Amino acid sequence: MSYLDTLPPWIAIPVAFFLILGSTLTLLGAFGLARLRDFYDRLHAPTLGTSWGAAGILLASMILMSWNESEPGWSGLRPVLHELVIGIFLMITTPVTLMLLGRAALHRDRIEGTPGIPGAVERADVPHRPTGEEADGEAAPEIDISDAPGEN
Amino acid sequence: MSRIFPHPLLTLALTLLWLLLTSFSLGHLILGFAVATVASRALSAIEPDRVPIRAVWPLVKLFFIVGGDIIRSNLAVAWLILTRGRHGKRRSGFVEIPLRLRAPAPLALLAIIITATPGTAWIEYDAETGVLLLHVFDMIETDDWVTLIGTRYENLLMEAFVG
Repeated sequence: MSYLDTLPPWIAIPVAFFLILGSTLTLLGAFGLARLRDFYDRLHAPTLGTSWGAAGILLASMILMSWNESEPGWSGLRPVLHELVIGIFLMITTPVTLMLLGRAALHRDRIEGTPGIPGAVERADVPHRPTGEEADGEAAPEIDISDAPGEN
Repeated sequence: MSRIFPHPLLTLALTLLWLLLTSFSLGHLILGFAVATVASRALSAIEPDRVPIRAVWPLVKLFFIVGGDIIRSNLAVAWLILTRGRHGKRRSGFVEIPLRLRAPAPLALLAIIITATPGTAWIEYDAETGVLLLHVFDMIETDDWVTLIGTRYENLLMEAFVG
């Protein structure tokens, strides 16, 4: 607790502000995830935590650690920027999980025929028609036949 | 040149990442650059095409626009959760948005933007028709979302990337 006691107010106030902002947004996201009823609505709540929730906490950490590492004076300034890497990776990887969950839910709802779910225009009926492959197999030679005279 | 540096942007980004995670010194610059060169050559074995960036300025502009949008939608969604969706009046729903973008890199960037903005979730993209299925937390006007994604983000992405 040594360096935290010596923190001047002009560092402590922004650190506290960003930390409280970030953690409040993350808490609200978790709260929404527990409280919302619809699956697709629930997808939105945790993105509070992965966007400004994380950004606020990381900004607070950057300010505090930069102060901690730096010597007095401008020449002793050592900005700590590791947290940017956490933020970048969080932003890049969140869509992967979110799309996976969203598409899995969409697939389930389409098969179950849940009302209010937009169906894929051509794709939705593919799993219900196992003869589709046979139809493709028959269609392929027809193209070959029609192409052959064209080449001659 | 392009044989040694198949992905110059990736090489640059990895070098910067190396310097961020270690410390700024000449030795780490050389070591990081060497690692980044080997890594981007390894990537070229599975992803031979370079990401074609036409202009950088639209990306800078997009960065600030998206930054502002993320702050605003964070507050909006947090408020909706606190007030229980304007006391039960909030309606969520799906929006189908026809996209003009086709190249993988700008589409990936758009996916990151849409996901990072609370209130919109990328659900499905059909590569054949180019239609994106979006789930919107607080639905106001369907057409607004089509023009919002189309003009605000997609135009800038079309300017920045080739294809």
